[in-house]
Amino acid sequence: MEIIVYPRRYQPVVGVGMVNLGKVNRIRASGGSTMFKKVTAVLLAITALGWVGVAQAARTDIVVGMQLEPPNLDPTAGAAAAIDEVVYANVFEGLTRFGADGSVKSALAESWDISEDGLTYTFKLRSGVTFHDGSAFNASDVKFSLDRSRADNSTNAQKQLFDSIDTIEVADPETLVITLSAPNGALLFNLAWGDAIVMSPDTFDKAKTAPIGTGPFKFSRWVQGDRIELETNPDYWGTAAKLEKVVFKFISEPTAAYASLMAGDVDAFPVYPAPENLAQFEADSRFNVVVGSTEGETILSTNNKQPPFDNKLVRQAVAHAINRQEIIDGAMFGYGTPIGTHFAPHNPVYKDFTANSAYDPEKAKALLKEAGFADGFETTLKLPPPSYARRGGEIIAAQLRAVGIKTQISNLEWAQWLEQVFRGKDYGLTIVSHTEPMDIGIYAKPDYYFQYDNKEFQQLISDLTLETDEAKRAEMLQTAQGIIADDYVNGYLFQLAKTGVANAGIVGLWENSPTQANDMTEVYWSK
Amino acid sequence: MIQFLRNRRNLIIGALLCLVFIAAAIVSFFWTPYDVTTLDIANKLKKPALPYLFGTDHFGRDIFSMIMVGARTSIAVALVAVTIGMVVGVPLGLFAAANRGALFDELIMRGNDLIFAFPALLIAIMITAVFGPGALNAIIAIGIFNIPVFARLTRAAALSLWERDYILSARVAGKSRLRISAEHILPNLLNLLIVQGTIQFSLGVLAEAGLSYVGLGAQPPTPSWGRMLAESQTMFSFAPHLAIFPGLAIVLTVLGLNLFGDGLRDYFDPKLRHNRRSEAAVPLDELALLDSEKGRSIK
Repeated sequence: MEIIVYPRRYQPVVGVGMVNLGKVNRIRASGGSTMFKKVTAVLLAITALGWVGVAQAARTDIVVGMQLEPPNLDPTAGAAAAIDEVVYANVFEGLTRFGADGSVKSALAESWDISEDGLTYTFKLRSGVTFHDGSAFNASDVKFSLDRSRADNSTNAQKQLFDSIDTIEVADPETLVITLSAPNGALLFNLAWGDAIVMSPDTFDKAKTAPIGTGPFKFSRWVQGDRIELETNPDYWGTAAKLEKVVFKFISEPTAAYASLMAGDVDAFPVYPAPENLAQFEADSRFNVVVGSTEGETILSTNNKQPPFDNKLVRQAVAHAINRQEIIDGAMFGYGTPIGTHFAPHNPVYKDFTANSAYDPEKAKALLKEAGFADGFETTLKLPPPSYARRGGEIIAAQLRAVGIKTQISNLEWAQWLEQVFRGKDYGLTIVSHTEPMDIGIYAKPDYYFQYDNKEFQQLISDLTLETDEAKRAEMLQTAQGIIADDYVNGYLFQLAKTGVANAGIVGLWENSPTQANDMTEVYWSK
Repeated sequence: MIQFLRNRRNLIIGALLCLVFIAAAIVSFFWTPYDVTTLDIANKLKKPALPYLFGTDHFGRDIFSMIMVGARTSIAVALVAVTIGMVVGVPLGLFAAANRGALFDELIMRGNDLIFAFPALLIAIMITAVFGPGALNAIIAIGIFNIPVFARLTRAAALSLWERDYILSARVAGKSRLRISAEHILPNLLNLLIVQGTIQFSLGVLAEAGLSYVGLGAQPPTPSWGRMLAESQTMFSFAPHLAIFPGLAIVLTVLGLNLFGDGLRDYFDPKLRHNRRSEAAVPLDELALLDSEKGRSIK
């Protein structure tokens, strides 16, 4: 068992304890057997003082539980959500950032001007910003970081964010000018992603193990396989964080996560992995359970190039064979919102397409017959480790079996899943939650793992990128949602809920998950 | 009669326990109270009470039915694995004993030592990790670590038999080593092999449960005791019946098989049958060998 020093528990006791020691020594030095009573009295008083001390001093550290450990700490060099969940907004910042409600806020850019034609963005940067190693931040750092991320040899996982950028110029140390090749209404949104954060040219190559950013927390140490520690950055340009120390502890086993929360070893689990335990935490006054929304569209990904899924009728049959509510109840214990397309329901331009693929096993059977599979067929269902996939997979297998589709389930670890399914495209069906915000654009990539190739959709998405008018963008996004829903590209299951469990004394954790992040800047202990 | 039963307590209790699970497995082919592949989410996590004798799991499946079908999985995997171990291991052991000291003998036995050097479950995990999870690979994995157990036992027991006078007379009569092994050595080893087979069977049940627990055994929707245990973990605090029944099933099966194996050993030993109390005074070479082999394989 790991022992973590909690200042709340130790600081007051240590402080009073030193006084205590002196007094007791003096009393002892004066000698005499009646001293015993006095010593007891003093000890009692000190104990009482200690309690008061405990009650007054709010803790300034937090232990945050995460299920997956990040492979590295450079958000510009990896797709793993766990990277952003540690460093986004805490260690690294970009020109803009996401707020708790998903809105785009200013970060290292204090303000910006957009030219009439929408092609030139002039960013006014904040002054007095320093990196954690003490070096000063200026516009050339931003230019370096963005140029590195959009370079041909860049390993950035979301390179398409920078597609529309033509040139980046440093006007003066506090002014940056980005010129676009075509108008892009989503530029400020794109720059808020964790993949667009700013690093210094001197330290970027060490970011994987020792990240140096501009954020309110400094990276302190990483105990591989166990935890990552951050400490407050005293030279932060903005409002300093209230916490002094943040520990991200990695607990992959849901059982262990449960035990560590109950024992108080972990203070908060922003994405608690076992929804079946939430009722217990809710009943316990020591904990707060907050169920919010995430950007995680949980879908039954279908290999659109693998027969028989290259036949739209078959995909439609699969869609009608799925009973979403049963999956949400059975796999997620009721937490989750049904979706009918690849779009987050809390987004204002979301359109409900669930009726399009309503649960109708008879229709599914009829469609299979029409497609020439009256006796059904057999396919593979490859499941990554999260419980939404493992449990959801068993339920979907039973639902598909009811209409004559036999599935061979194989449970894979993440590494195997990435290898076989995501990169190898060797699968029929799989279940995964796509947690990036506004990621409908992945359907325009024909070589993405579900291999959906629709020229009309690809044209729509490239038009969308150029469109800056909000109303038109909304309309186009809705059309896009409709196209993939009508093509039954994947089985659309539900929007993953953010099931957060935290000690009742913690204030300021994000309720929803507009991006992959555990923003600790506003978190504090109320008691 | 009562004396007879008392002397064979182990055998009888063990046999009864085994019978219960074998019967459950066989019956499950024709009938289970509920279908284990049909989910009934509306009736999830019901406490043990009629009509669900052992309650239902998080998908509303009847746990009693799952235990029955799980018995089938456990028994099938363990049985085939032990058979693999016997079919490959026994001939290897006989062959090695017949050619004692020859290069073959050395090769076979050192090869066995090599497999023995790895913890059994680790080999199984390695095999399933390389070839993918599934009941078939679990069978192969458990079967492979059974081979050296049987090979060693057979060789050691056969070596002592080769010194016997009747073997000598067979050799004098001009029988080949192969024929002697098949006609005289093997029949005299059968008791020993049956007993060891029972013990290995119980280890096979445990290994299957262990592999399924870590997700490398039978894949869903095939019910498996080990996976039932694994899935019940996070729900143990509010639905303990999810873990208790598959746990009991594993414990009782393994206990039953071990008792049965011990009982068989006593039963097959003619000296013990008549003179139980002199067990320590007359150490049988077979018995001693058996004990040492058993100790090793359990480790």
